Amino acid sequence: MSTPLLEVQHLDKRYGGLHVTRDVSLTLNAGDRLALIGPNGAGKTTLVHQISGVVPPSAGRILLAGQDVTQLPQARRVRLGLARTFQITTLAPTLAVQHQVAMALFEREGLGGHFWRPIDAYPTLATEAQGLLAQLGLQQQAHWPAERLAYGEQRLVEIALALALKPRVLLLDEPMAGVPQSDGHRLLAALDALPPELAVLIIEHDMDLVFRFARRITVLAEGAVLADGTPDEIRAHPLVRAAYLGHAE
Amino acid sequence: MSSDALAAPPAWRAPAIVAALGLAAFVAMPDQLGLLTRICTTALLVLSLDLVVGVAGLATLGQAALFGTGAYAAGIVALRGLTDPLLGLGVGAAAGGLLALLSGAFLLRYSGFTFLMLTVAVAQIVLSLAQKARGWTGGDDGLSGFSIAPLFGRFAFDLEGRTAALYALGVLVLALYGCRRVLHSPFGLSVRGIHQSRARMAALGTPVFRRLLAVYTLAGALAGVAGALSAQTNAVVGLDSLGFALSAESLVMLVLGGAGNLVGALVGSAVFSLLHHTAASINPYHWLFVVGAALMGVVLLPPERAWAWLRGRFGATGVAR
Repeated sequence: MSTPLLEVQHLDKRYGGLHVTRDVSLTLNAGDRLALIGPNGAGKTTLVHQISGVVPPSAGRILLAGQDVTQLPQARRVRLGLARTFQITTLAPTLAVQHQVAMALFEREGLGGHFWRPIDAYPTLATEAQGLLAQLGLQQQAHWPAERLAYGEQRLVEIALALALKPRVLLLDEPMAGVPQSDGHRLLAALDALPPELAVLIIEHDMDLVFRFARRITVLAEGAVLADGTPDEIRAHPLVRAAYLGHAE
Repeated sequence: MSSDALAAPPAWRAPAIVAALGLAAFVAMPDQLGLLTRICTTALLVLSLDLVVGVAGLATLGQAALFGTGAYAAGIVALRGLTDPLLGLGVGAAAGGLLALLSGAFLLRYSGFTFLMLTVAVAQIVLSLAQKARGWTGGDDGLSGFSIAPLFGRFAFDLEGRTAALYALGVLVLALYGCRRVLHSPFGLSVRGIHQSRARMAALGTPVFRRLLAVYTLAGALAGVAGALSAQTNAVVGLDSLGFALSAESLVMLVLGGAGNLVGALVGSAVFSLLHHTAASINPYHWLFVVGAALMGVVLLPPERAWAWLRGRFGATGVAR
């Protein structure tokens, strides 16, 4: 067994008296599909913030492909192969969708600091951006500012930006949140089409999607890991049924 | 395939138009060359401000500190006998850029209102230092009595201000070209992205702080060039070049012309300076009234709304006919 792509070891986070992450450990290997579920306020998004480097943990370690990144800023973690999407759509509202994908490509290629050559002088990256948008069915909207897209399509742009970074680990924070039924299938198709070797951690409230997509599930309650196992084990777990699935089903 | 390309307008177009307009004004109004020179130096300052405010989205009221530092630096080297104008511009750029780099390393850790207030604080500190350092700055008397060598060793700065006007226009056109290049480069795109969503850019792996520091330093260097240009063409540097009023006025000019596209900075400073020049000679009260009214119109009526209103009005009559 090679080194895991993502290892979270005994992570702890306190905001004053509030203990939002309690001794959480988890491991992601290449090709993993791990779902993180739990009631509202269980600390799922806070955990993603700590892994991606938005919020520093109070204790514990985060390793990316064996390298300790606990102290590294977010941008460095991204360059080491860690990408994420946001629970609440976070795009540059008035920039064209293709320009936003291009920004991701420029950063991935280390060209983001180039200040003289115009952006239209990078034809291979422009073609790659177009290809990525076409793959997600967004080629029509490539020239639109992000704010003009339907919400479900904005969620797809979030995924396009993450994929543009060619990550090894992808954190999806409620990709289906707020997406109307009519657009749901496009997102499901996008999730199904994720590169098989990518290690994916997904937070999601839609249990149908979780049990369909995930091969392992970690249940979080009050900041701590309540249970961990295959979808079948989690479905049968008495504590989980009481704490969480009781509400959802 | 043109649809595959990442669209960016040609960087030379706006500077070419500015050059043509400037040259036309130069030919048409030979007795107003001083005004043309002043518009160009002011426009350069507002252009540098647009990089910070319009492009990077950081509201500042301290741009005059960078401008004045460049002006004093250029004045000081000229007084010490280094009178080549382009050397003076270089010194002004270095001084403004260095101050921006040092102050930005501290300021850019903050944003919004805190950033705004800290820029005022830094500018006040620079102003008071300039007041104290009489040996360098001349204190309240300012710097004067320096002369500038001929441009390229050939074109002397004449009394009618012909050389000064063309020199200032040339620097402005080159600066606008450079800024347009930067705006439509990957770097400029990332700074515009940071303006709209820092969280998004950080998630793309953008080193947000470093990018902001780079654009702030660039803007500082440009403000320094504007200051140096002002010092060389006026042959005097005063404390007002570091003052709060200049910072506030340049922000007004930027908002008046429209922030974020670099061309608006030039339009705003030209309109403001022309209003100042024409209306102030008629009635100083009215000129401020006109500026106030224009500013209110621009701030309260976003361009999209104005366009929609115009379309609604004239589109409707078109349909009725």
